[in-house]
Formats: sequence, C-alpha cells, structure tokens
Amino acid sequence: MNAHVARLSTASFETGPAVVVSNLVRSYGSRVVIEKLNLRIERGEFVALLGESGCGKTTLLRALAGLDSIQGGRIVAPRRPAVVFQEHRLLPWDSLWRNVSLGLQVPDARERAAEALTEVGLGDRLDDWPRNLSGGQAQRVALARALVQQPELLLLDEPFAALDALTRIRMHELVRELVTNHQPGVLLVTHDVDEAIALADRILVMRHGAIAFEHRVVRGASAPISRSELLGELGVNSHSTH
Amino acid sequence: MELSGIDRTVIGADSAPSSQSGDNAFAPTATKSKLGARGLQLLSWLAPVVLVVIWEWLAQAGWLSPHVLPAPSKVIRTAFKLAATGTLLNDLGVSLLRAAAGFAIGAAVGGALGILVGFSRVAEAAIDRSVQMIRAIPFLAALPLVIVWLGVGETQKIFLVALGVTFPIYINTVLGIRQVDPKLLELGRVQGLSSLQLIRRIILPGALPSILTGVRYALATAWLALVVAETIGAQSGIGFLAMDAREFLRTDVIVLTIVIYALIGVAADGIARFLERRLLAWHPNYGAAR
Ligand SMILES: Nc1ncnc2c1ncn2[C@@H]1O[C@H](COP(=O)(O)OP(=O)(O)OP(=O)(O)O)[C@@H](O)[C@H]1O
Ligand SMILES: [Mg+2]
Repeated sequence: MNAHVARLSTASFETGPAVVVSNLVRSYGSRVVIEKLNLRIERGEFVALLGESGCGKTTLLRALAGLDSIQGGRIVAPRRPAVVFQEHRLLPWDSLWRNVSLGLQVPDARERAAEALTEVGLGDRLDDWPRNLSGGQAQRVALARALVQQPELLLLDEPFAALDALTRIRMHELVRELVTNHQPGVLLVTHDVDEAIALADRILVMRHGAIAFEHRVVRGASAPISRSELLGELGVNSHSTH
Repeated sequence: MELSGIDRTVIGADSAPSSQSGDNAFAPTATKSKLGARGLQLLSWLAPVVLVVIWEWLAQAGWLSPHVLPAPSKVIRTAFKLAATGTLLNDLGVSLLRAAAGFAIGAAVGGALGILVGFSRVAEAAIDRSVQMIRAIPFLAALPLVIVWLGVGETQKIFLVALGVTFPIYINTVLGIRQVDPKLLELGRVQGLSSLQLIRRIILPGALPSILTGVRYALATAWLALVVAETIGAQSGIGFLAMDAREFLRTDVIVLTIVIYALIGVAADGIARFLERRLLAWHPNYGAAR
C-alpha cells in the first residue's frame, strides 16, 4: 500500500477543495479502525461527522490533522489545518493573547490575537490568565486560536460537548458566523444530532471504518432531515429516545 | 407535581445554620468568628514570645547558668558588639559568598544534566542510573573523602554545597520536563511550533513549578552543607565564629551564630517563595488571584 499525505502550500490551494481523502486506511497494530475511507470537503463547506462511540471519528480527525501516521491511501490537505480539541488545551502560563497567537509568525501578533479575541467576544481579556475563564470562554479562546491561523481546513473534535445547553447554542451561532466570515472547510465531530442539523451543510455517519451515510442539508427547505432518520442511521430506535 | 417535601430543605440566606445549632458553639466556624484571622495570627506569635520571656527571666534569676544558655538580652548585646567591630558582617559575607558560589555551581550542573536527561532517552540511559546511585549516598557522608581530596580550604566548602545542590535540582528538572502534559505538546505541534519554540513556549514553562520546588530543596541543603563545611577547619565565616567561641566557652556567641543560621534559612525560603510567586503567577496554587 502506498500511504501518502500531501501537505499543500496555501497558494496552490486557493481554489481547490479543503481536503481530499481517498482510500484511507488507519490501524492500531493489527486492529484496523479506518478502512478505505473516502471524503472530500470543499472550502467554505461545513461537514458534521456522526457515529457511535469508538467508530473512529477522532482517529480520522487526527489523521487529517497530520498528528498520526496512516497505513494506506492518500490525504491531500493544507499544510497546517487548525484543530479545536474537546478540551480547550490553553497554555496555563500564557495570557490569552499569547495563547491565541501561539505559532503565529507575524510581527503584529498581538493585534491579530486581539482581533480574534474580539470576534469571540473576549476582546477585553487580552492579558488575563486562562484559569480565570469559564469553560465556554476557554473554548471560545481555543476557537480564536484556531481561526487566527486563517486555516483552509478547520477540524473540530466535539468542541462543545462539555458545555451546558445554553452556552452550546451561543457557541453554535458564533461558529456559524465565524465560518461564514472566514470560509474554511470544516469537519465537526459531534455526538449531538441536533448540533449537526443546526450547523452542517452536509452530515456524514461513520460506521465500520467508513462513511456509511451522507445527507446534504438544504437550508430553508421545507423538510430538513428528521432527527429520527439520523438517529436510525446511528442505530438508535428513535421512538425509545423520547 | 410533588414539591411538598422540597420547601423544607431550602436553605436561604436568613435560614442559615443558626436556627437549630444552639449547642454548636465549639464548631470550628464559631471559634473563627470570635477571634478572627488577626486574632489567630496574634495567638500564633504568643507562644514563642512567652518562651523567650521565660528564658530571659530564668537567666536573669540565675536559675540558668550563662555557660549553658545565656540570656536573650545578652545574645543581642553580643550581636551589637560584634557588629560594631565589623567581624560579624565580614564573617556573614564570607559565609553567604560560599553558599552562593556553591549554589550557582550545583544548580548549573544539576540543571544542565536534568535538561539533557529530560529531553533525551539516550542521555537518560547513559547518565540517570549513575546519578541515582550517587544520590543514594547522604552527601554529608562523603565529607571525609572530600577533605582528603580538597583539604579544608574554600574549595572543599564550595564543593560540598554544590554537591548538596546538584541532586535536588537535577531530579526536579527531569521530573518537571517529563511531566509536561502531552496534550499541550500535541497542541504545539498542531500550531506548527519548531522544536526550539516547543521547548521555550511549552516544555520549560510546564517544568518550571517542579524546577522551583527543586530550587527550594536545594536552598535547604545548601544551607545545611554550609553549616557542616564551616564547622571544619574554617578561618572565617559564621561557622568559624561558632567554633572559635566554643574554645572560650562563649555560649552567647554560639547562640548568636545559631540564630544567624536560622535567619539565613528563613531568608532563603523567602527568596524561593518570592520566585514562585513571581514566576508562577499563572499557577492557581501560587499566584495571587486577579
Ligand atoms: N492509541 C490507540 N491505540 C489503540 N487503539 C486505539 C487508540 N486510539 C483509539 N483506538 C481505538 O480506535 C477506535 C476508534 O477510536 P476513536 O477515538 O477514533 O473513536 P471515536 O469515534 O472518536 O469515539 P468517541 O465518539 O467515543 O470519541 C476505538 O476502538 C479505540 O479503542
Ligand atoms: Mg472521539
């Protein structure tokens, strides 16, 4: 097998898709977690990835981020996709603006960080410590840190799972707005069917190491996909969940 | 809806414990509210002050021989006398200089080895076991050997302090580097940091709390090493002052040197605390909340 990850520079990626995955194989030892997976995400497209626990969503996301080696297939992705993990992963010893500008190689890093923090509603906390933030605020800073890189591909691994329902809805609005402004390709891993319906242009369900179901959400359509249909795809009998 | 049981368990601001706890006067909270934080602070100083006063009184009354323990007031007078002739400050300076030189050398060696071993598994395999074996020796047990090697001059004293400092710094540096959260290291890679940036922005700051703990231990051992080293064949320094006084049964000078050693210890601890507060302002356990 010829495993290959092509990391393209920004310039050559201006118009093409945000990421293309073909025949991806990923295994831990002899256990194959992802087998012959194909995926393509356009720039500006918001894709939500559902699937039962342990089916390999995080594994796929880590492969796309270039964090793990792959055992087969091909990934064509930007050199540096931005990632927001389930935990905020802020550096406790750096102020918020230093956290947001981590890895940013520009002379006006502080101004850029300030703009990003303002976008997520924390423009007045530049010099504060991460420990003084609530969970939702910390997750917003993590989002700002991802967006300040102006990524072509944004990878989100259950970034809102630990938040309360109200904060989560606010975060949804914020994310939609930010994605509309910056137009990256987005892959959002989530367990929340409603979150997927609310945010995504396209919803994927992963099963047995591959994409088993795909649905394109048509905004403003009279009947968007029903929860029960999606839950059915996830192997849940929807009548018993209400 | 069955809410009938709930209203009984509601705790409002004005239905606080007082309602049913008439016999609760000896609970910790009750004591605290009577004395207050300042009262407790005063109380904590009361015992040592009383002890000194009793000591003074016993000495004045002649119940305590000056050859056993001189009165505190006598020790203070001796301190002023020695300070006036300049010997006290001179000896203090010599002692502090020895401690500083030994600490600097020990910290540099321990820190360098610690960083090397912390970052490289190869260095760990090559160095760590030897260091751990040497560490098993209480460093003061090596004193006779050190005297054979280096005599009883300045080198021996500085060497002994450096020896005591090296190990706590080494161990805590390695530990600190190894304990850096792998999730943060992964984040550093995601953000595209170079190896050097990874060290500067994530590994060293992450290891700093542990390194400063090492500094704190090292200050304590440096000071212990200094006392022992100066007790043997010194021509100057606080330890020399004590040994010289012993010849003439000057218990007032001996007690004074003990007090000075204690003060140096307190000062060293204060420096360590100051460093922690300054450098770990971000840390919930050290920094003052903003
Ligand atoms: N480091 C690892 N070593 C071995 N097996 C692993 C490792 N990480 C994950 N796995 C296995 O790979 C499979 C997929 O894990 P993954 O974390 O991708 O699941 P997931 O879909 O993200 O699940 P969840 O929704 O619970 O987060 C699981 O069966 C898991 O046990
Ligand atoms: Mg996961």
